[in-house]
Amino acid sequence: MEKTLAETIRELTRKHLENNNGIILGQCLSAVGWVNNTVPDTKNIVELPMTDVAGGGIATGCAIVGRRPIFVVRFQDFMFLNSSMLINYSAKSKDIFGVSSPVFIRALATEKKGTGPVHSGITHSIFMHVPGFKVCSPMTPGEYEEVWKNYLAGEDPMFVSEHRHSFNQVEEMPNVIHQDAQITVYGIGYSRFKVKEATDVLTREGIKCNFINILWLKPLDLSERILNPLKQSKLGLVVDSGFEISGASQSVAYELMKQTKIYVEALGAGDRSVGTAERYENGTPTTKKIVEKVRELILLRS
Amino acid sequence: MEYYNLLKGESFNQKVMLDIFEKMCSIRNFEKQVKKAYDEQDILCPVYLSIGQEAISASVSSSFNPNLIFTQHRAHSTYIAFGGNKDKLVEELLGRDGGCTKGKGGSPGVQDFEIGMFGHHGLIGENVPLAVGAALGAKNKSVLCVFGDGAAEEDYVFTAMAFAATNKLPILFICEDNDLSILTKKSERRNWELTDALRAVGMPCEDICDDPELIISTVNNLKTNLPAFINCRTCRHRWHVGTGQDGSPHEDRLEIFEEGLLKRGISQSEIFKIQEKTKIEMEELWKKHLQKQ
Ligand SMILES: Cc1ncc(C[n+]2csc(CCOP(=O)(O)OP(=O)(O)O)c2C)c(N)n1
Ligand SMILES: [Mg+2]
Repeated sequence: MEKTLAETIRELTRKHLENNNGIILGQCLSAVGWVNNTVPDTKNIVELPMTDVAGGGIATGCAIVGRRPIFVVRFQDFMFLNSSMLINYSAKSKDIFGVSSPVFIRALATEKKGTGPVHSGITHSIFMHVPGFKVCSPMTPGEYEEVWKNYLAGEDPMFVSEHRHSFNQVEEMPNVIHQDAQITVYGIGYSRFKVKEATDVLTREGIKCNFINILWLKPLDLSERILNPLKQSKLGLVVDSGFEISGASQSVAYELMKQTKIYVEALGAGDRSVGTAERYENGTPTTKKIVEKVRELILLRS
Repeated sequence: MEYYNLLKGESFNQKVMLDIFEKMCSIRNFEKQVKKAYDEQDILCPVYLSIGQEAISASVSSSFNPNLIFTQHRAHSTYIAFGGNKDKLVEELLGRDGGCTKGKGGSPGVQDFEIGMFGHHGLIGENVPLAVGAALGAKNKSVLCVFGDGAAEEDYVFTAMAFAATNKLPILFICEDNDLSILTKKSERRNWELTDALRAVGMPCEDICDDPELIISTVNNLKTNLPAFINCRTCRHRWHVGTGQDGSPHEDRLEIFEEGLLKRGISQSEIFKIQEKTKIEMEELWKKHLQKQ
């Protein structure tokens, strides 16, 4: 049977811990389902105390002596605490001190069901903003393997923006390209599932949409594979689960626009705090919202 | 129960003890209604139940009357014990506009400015530096700050408490120590106790169990010399979040307390009356709000 994303993460981790002198650090790793079944029951697991500031520093310390630590942060909002030493040391130590500090940061996200103000955030754009990190958001087993290989081959700390709603994913997500598409819609992270649904709906309606996956946020993949569909459709939209304002969606849209001189808009979570009750949720744009946005852009152009 | 013996010298105040018992029963019965509403999917947000831990807030509230209160996610007990508006708490758990944060904070974010209680946003232990800052800024306001044994490990907790000690801020810190952070025991996380660390910065500290008489006498001893810290060992009965249970709890303070009251000569019928009264009160409270739907 094919592996789910969660199983893929667990098996890559197992190999790392058992054969590669790897180490994994985080809070409550072994309790409550082993972080959604992504952590194997094996050696080299370090249960950190609930120390959300020092934790990032401890992981960084492991990295500078060559242990290639996996650092698990169970909810991305906690990155605002955990990021201090990652941003200020892990990401800079190669440049400043000539010592690489490759921490593999597994930042898990989720949303909905009352996860509310501090368990539903996406913070990858913060790590795009500061120098020194590679930033990606893998949603499939194959993508995760690519990311892991890239991490082991390089020397940079890597921010891996995960989303719990994708952990059962088995299949890969291919791009969808139409010869005569009216728009190219790019999806980042978990929003890709919604973008895919939206572009399918629109294409059925007769509005042909290219659908492009963005796995690597930093460095941003600006290959022909990413740019050509936009050059053909002459209109673009970038969707992300994180906040839109000054976030990954706006940043990527700007880069695409700069490269192609073609108009590209951004769509992400709204500029307001998230509340617990359903009406205050504010995460990944819904399929409906993406559909409406595309219709609006196409109308605007014509 | 051996702790009753510790207090032999103190006179047993029947009224105070019955008040505490009633508060504990109120909280227990409130939480049972939360469980029911959650299991029947009337509550859609995650809930953090105080079942098993009622004695701490019930007892502290009978001998300490703070101007400001800062709690973390498991705070229905503190909210109720200190007289928070129960209608607004129910509405909050139901995610409605009439809730104490209009449905935005949910179970972990409860607040009531009438009793000086500020909402918790979700980062464990954040309430400790916030309480310290509030005591510093407000001047001459007494503050209660309640957190868990997991939160005690957060980097900003000890430092903030030490700052309170340095600046003699009038805060009573309580750690509801259920020996669990989610499901991870303290022994898997650390080899130190916060009381030992805080003694080093000159903060008066006690490490006690959640026996109401012991809590009251400890609070009475410490409250005139704030800041002070009480680590109070307790037993959470239900899951960290949600209403489930893994096996039966190793201790039920409410039951132990009830036995203690009987031994002190309180009649079974008086105890039963309190249990029934609080049960009916909470059933009717929830019924009223659920019918509004
Ligand atoms: C800064 C931060 N780190 C981690 C968490 C995840 N988390 C939520 S509750 C909890 C357990 C806290 O244990 P404790 O403080 O003992 O409170 P209890 O649940 O036992 O009442 C954890 C780790 C969080 N909410 N905030
Ligand atoms: Mg605890």
